[in-house]
Amino acid sequence: MKTVIHMIATLTIIGVIAGGLLSEVSDWAVPLIAMNQKAETEKAIFLVQPSGKSYEAVAGAGFEIYKVFDENKNLTGFSMAYEGNGFQGKIRLMIGLSADLNNITSLEILEQVETPGLGTKVTEDPFRNQFKGLQTSPQIEWVKGKSPEKPNEIQTVTGATISSKSVVAIINAGLTKARQLKERGKL
Amino acid sequence: MSKQKSNWYEFYKGIWEINPTFKQILGTCPTLAVTVSVMNGIAMALATTFVLVFSSLFISLVRKFIPNQVRIAAYIVIIAAFVTIADLVMKAKFPELSKALGPFVPLIVVNCIILGRAEAFASKNSPWKSVLDALGNGAGFLLALLIMGSIRELLGSRTILGYQILPNGFEPLVVMILPAGAFLTFGLLMGFSNFYLERKKRIEQQELIAKFRKPEVKVEVKGMEA
Repeated sequence: MKTVIHMIATLTIIGVIAGGLLSEVSDWAVPLIAMNQKAETEKAIFLVQPSGKSYEAVAGAGFEIYKVFDENKNLTGFSMAYEGNGFQGKIRLMIGLSADLNNITSLEILEQVETPGLGTKVTEDPFRNQFKGLQTSPQIEWVKGKSPEKPNEIQTVTGATISSKSVVAIINAGLTKARQLKERGKL
Repeated sequence: MSKQKSNWYEFYKGIWEINPTFKQILGTCPTLAVTVSVMNGIAMALATTFVLVFSSLFISLVRKFIPNQVRIAAYIVIIAAFVTIADLVMKAKFPELSKALGPFVPLIVVNCIILGRAEAFASKNSPWKSVLDALGNGAGFLLALLIMGSIRELLGSRTILGYQILPNGFEPLVVMILPAGAFLTFGLLMGFSNFYLERKKRIEQQELIAKFRKPEVKVEVKGMEA
């Protein structure tokens, strides 16, 4: 009986001390972590909307989409964070759209776990720059092994076909959602 | 080696003699996973060393109060507390590094180096010696991750700490930053380290044999002269 009480007492004391210590540290760290995340999102929003000066989250969208305004408070377009499956895991994109949703202004890859040296080529400029000014209607198409001909086509990267296709599929899925929002008059 | 091991020995044994990665073969999971670049390796080793030093210190301080039956549970609570602190601090102050290391910082809780040193050393020795032992093991872990990270980053992305070392003409060996490259590097390094230690041991043995033989030879010579 004595050992049992000793065991319970020791673990309780250690647990209480550890818990108290952690709550102190967490009080200090949580605001900083939130600030980091906000700064990161902000940076990504303006990265795909270079002329943007301020932004506003669209409420009730079900995913992250932001209205971006220039210095005169005119709507310049939208920044949309959207994710989907890549070759090995989630790919998370920040997509910049023009105000009428008909063109992509720019594309950033926020998170990915593609194969280093192969799938990760989709994060490099030659691939991403294809999306600048790309037409989005009716949807984005990809071609393999030849130069794109239509204004809504991009070329997949050799060695990263699946990753390239995944990026296109994620953008198309996001676009469908954005168009639905527009139809409902939320954008 | 004297029976009373010096404090200095408690520190430096961790670097090579019982190197956590190459000799104890503990903590291999983070070793293989995070060493795609030198910077990740350094960050991982520093986070682990921080947890190792503080948990060793505390476990050593309370070692006489903890009943034997619940010692592992108590160690894990202490270790988990420090890991959570390290994780929160990294997320707050070094978000980039924290992202690169992903789940491997919270996983330090179950890193065998820490529980291994707690059970094998800190639970039996004074706080001062435990801290030295933890620092030594941390340094050994850092050394191992540095070597692994340098080799893999150099061959896999031509850089060290982000600075390009190899010329553009060198085609990066992508396999080196994939898991297969981690196993290759780890296996080769462990082989080299064992080869070196074996050879050192053999030389020491031969020296010892030679030392004991010499007097005999002299006696024989004297006998013959007489």
